[in-house]
Amino acid sequence: MSYLSLAIWIPIVAGLATLVVSRDRDASAARWIALAGALAGFLVTIPLYTHFDTTTSALQFVERREWIPRFDIYYFLGVDGISVLFILLNSFITLLVVWAGWEVIQVRVAQYMAAFLIMSGLINGVFAAQDALLFYVYFEAMLIPMYLIIGVWGGPNRVYAALKFFLYTLLGSLLMLVALIYLYNATQSFALQDWYQVPLAMVPQTLLFVAFFMAFSVKVPMWPVHTWLPDAHVEAPTGGSVVLAAITLKIGAYGFVRFILPIVPDASHRLAPFIITLSLIAVVYIGFVALVQSDMKKLIAYSSISHMGFVTLGFFLFSQLGVEGGLLQMISHGFVSAAMFLCVGVLYDRVHSREISAYGGVVNTMPKFAAFMMLFAMANSGLPGTSGFVGEFLVILATVKVNFWLGFLAAITLILGAAYTLWMYKRVIFGPVANPHVAALTDVNRREFWLLATVAVAVLAMGVYPKPFVDVMHVSVQDLLAHVAKSKL
Amino acid sequence: MSIPLLPVLPEIALLTAACVILIADLFIPERRRHWSYWMTQAALAVTAWIVVVTVQVDVVKAFNGMVVDDNLADLLKFCALIAVSLMLFYGRAYLSARGLFRGELFVLVLFALLGMMVMISAAHFLTLYLGLELLSLSLYALVALQKESRAPSEAAMKYFVLGALASGMLLYGISMIYGATGTLELDRVAEAALGGRGNTKLLLFGLVFVVSGLAFKLGVVPYHMWIPDVYDGAPTPITLLVGTAPKLAAFAITLRVLAGALTSLEYDWQGMLIVLSVLSMVLGNIIAIAQTSIKRMLAYSTIANMGYMLMGFLAGDRNGFSAAMFFTVAYVLTSVASFGMVLLLSRAGFEGDRIDDFKGLNQRSPWWAFIMLLVMFSLAGIPPTVGFYAKFTVIEAAVNQNFVWLAVIAVLTSLVGAFYYLRIVKLMYFDDPVDDAPIVAPGDARALLSANGLALLVLGILPQPLMGLCALALTQSHF
Repeated sequence: MSYLSLAIWIPIVAGLATLVVSRDRDASAARWIALAGALAGFLVTIPLYTHFDTTTSALQFVERREWIPRFDIYYFLGVDGISVLFILLNSFITLLVVWAGWEVIQVRVAQYMAAFLIMSGLINGVFAAQDALLFYVYFEAMLIPMYLIIGVWGGPNRVYAALKFFLYTLLGSLLMLVALIYLYNATQSFALQDWYQVPLAMVPQTLLFVAFFMAFSVKVPMWPVHTWLPDAHVEAPTGGSVVLAAITLKIGAYGFVRFILPIVPDASHRLAPFIITLSLIAVVYIGFVALVQSDMKKLIAYSSISHMGFVTLGFFLFSQLGVEGGLLQMISHGFVSAAMFLCVGVLYDRVHSREISAYGGVVNTMPKFAAFMMLFAMANSGLPGTSGFVGEFLVILATVKVNFWLGFLAAITLILGAAYTLWMYKRVIFGPVANPHVAALTDVNRREFWLLATVAVAVLAMGVYPKPFVDVMHVSVQDLLAHVAKSKL
Repeated sequence: MSIPLLPVLPEIALLTAACVILIADLFIPERRRHWSYWMTQAALAVTAWIVVVTVQVDVVKAFNGMVVDDNLADLLKFCALIAVSLMLFYGRAYLSARGLFRGELFVLVLFALLGMMVMISAAHFLTLYLGLELLSLSLYALVALQKESRAPSEAAMKYFVLGALASGMLLYGISMIYGATGTLELDRVAEAALGGRGNTKLLLFGLVFVVSGLAFKLGVVPYHMWIPDVYDGAPTPITLLVGTAPKLAAFAITLRVLAGALTSLEYDWQGMLIVLSVLSMVLGNIIAIAQTSIKRMLAYSTIANMGYMLMGFLAGDRNGFSAAMFFTVAYVLTSVASFGMVLLLSRAGFEGDRIDDFKGLNQRSPWWAFIMLLVMFSLAGIPPTVGFYAKFTVIEAAVNQNFVWLAVIAVLTSLVGAFYYLRIVKLMYFDDPVDDAPIVAPGDARALLSANGLALLVLGILPQPLMGLCALALTQSHF
């Protein structure tokens, strides 16, 4: 078994073990098994980084077994510089989520932990799969635990949010299934590498582009198919929001670089202005929408959409800076959005409100927490020195190279991002103590402190020294762009 | 000249057992009724065993070309036997509580099964019709078995009238085919039609009626009107019986008639199947949304699913047929489990057939909620359940024959379908229970239903064995 298989199956097995071993009365067993599973799942991903060969764009840690010979489908795993970091990110976030739900979740603890662990394994599968059907199976199966997480542990409007989340994403992925089958018929193979080589005429390329675009743009989410995200984020429990923002959104963007760009390069080039327009609308318009939110989680949800607009913008500039900037932005946003949702979770657990107006002057009662949230708010608005800056800066540079005014529009986000994040921060944290609830707040406990400190270290480390991240992806991105530059007509 | 009996040995065994049980049951006192039940189960087991040990690679025709024994028949018969046996296991408590645990029921079930097996092995229009009538008449009686209540009688009446009409159409079509080709043997019909002998116009007319008859048995739009009423009105174990194993038999005769006898008219029946398939997928899924009874919802789900199955069929090549067969087997497996869950929730005086009865199942029993979750996601076609590969194979077959637009309709309608399957999951997991009665069921039913549910997951993770078996059965078959 390769490390990749372990990264997929350890969390899944641990999740099943949680379900089997513990009953609801005995929640501590479930927590410890889940923590052990998440930790083991994270530890096995570390060799993926330490043993990673950064000089090649070839697949590494490959595992290939016959799975469904009837359709030439293989259990085919492998990572390159583009995907490997996301497996680490996902396993890291899962660890945080299990930790974050430690005493907060009191009902059906075993099922909660199991859902997150199983989903974590499936997401690792999404990033590791090199066989399209295997990818699809992980991609779809992941919806089931997420649906349950939102619906069972979510807020008052959880049923609506869960259903909307499921149906939105299912619509896109079903159309993608047809595209996958079409490509299988064209190549008699489900291996992505074969699909990269197959020549395709412009019309099929465009149709395939549309089908893939439906699947991945919903996941990203891009304007105008983003409306499920605020609902899902707001209703999901803290852990659910964290995973949604930090990981599942990345799957959509990952689909763009793994499927759309290399499989239909000509259609991608032709439709790039369309994607760039949608991305800029997301960046600018959704930034304004975020400004007027009164609900903290909704605000962060819109901020996520705006940040992900940067990612798709970067990808469709077809330059090294743009794609690397987009990928860095994805990883950074994984840390920052997770941190922001954890912060909101900390407040919500105490006051049970997500409304900005329910707070004010929190710094007086929770100074440590205020300091952490300050850092994350800065990172969210893209302050140099934090991880948020690196990706945005690279994408803006790449955009300016293409067209100054596009770059100008994209750069507006630095102002908007700062405006909505810091304004929210000001209203929640500063000022006089707003009400008795805030006066009664207690500062972060040990668990919460170390939880936030861990993410803070990641955010700062990536902001100060992003080179390790860039090194891993550099060669793969280079080869991807060289491939995309060649016409497949 | 000796008549080879080996090809029909399973049928002979089953018929003998049915007759023995019919007579023996007369002498079994009421409180020992489970003897008849276990004899029935034993008969099913022995027949299944015979089917397995008489498997051979060659295609054998017997009785002057009246029946055929091939791997296709073996596999479908085996599945039908399993489905019927599971139905008896799951339905035992339900039937006992309603005074239906009687000798007639066992004998009628066995005769219905015999009818299916004859249909599966039919190589001649008359054998086919004979099997079909044996199945249908047994089912009419089974639906009406609960004499004292109104709904079953009404359902049986509707079933009988519409079923008789469909049989009439089928027979009429057969008579025209006979008129055009001068033979009723499926192979000879194929030869005559291929050779251009016979009146093509007459043959086409016959085809239209035959397809209508087959569509009725499969229950696809616009020949679906009986399905919701019969599913809803019949006692749940009988619904299970009507809704599962006969689909296998219907698949077999559709295959042997359309792909075998009338293969030269492929272009014509393909067009008809497209219409049936699209209508079923669209109407079945949309109407299912509005249902409040789970049996009715599953009825419309069946209609939609048979539409998907036909999509594999109309691809018109072996790849497509094996996809349709895999779909049918996977569907039957899922469907048995779905009705099994309804039976599990039922108890004396409580049908458990409203959708709301599933509310809060996760709090009452996480295990059964999980099994029902698997069933629902399998019906919706979400991986990693076997239902996904079922849909995947038929869509692949359609795309393979350049019916991409049909594939798009199929995935869009299955999105609609996901909505009502998800609603059940929502009720089980997100809502609070309205009913706190403990879930009681015999140990064997619980164990089998658990295995049945888990099989959906296991076959969803490793679909190759079943998929390969279906492909193999089709290459070693005669049609």
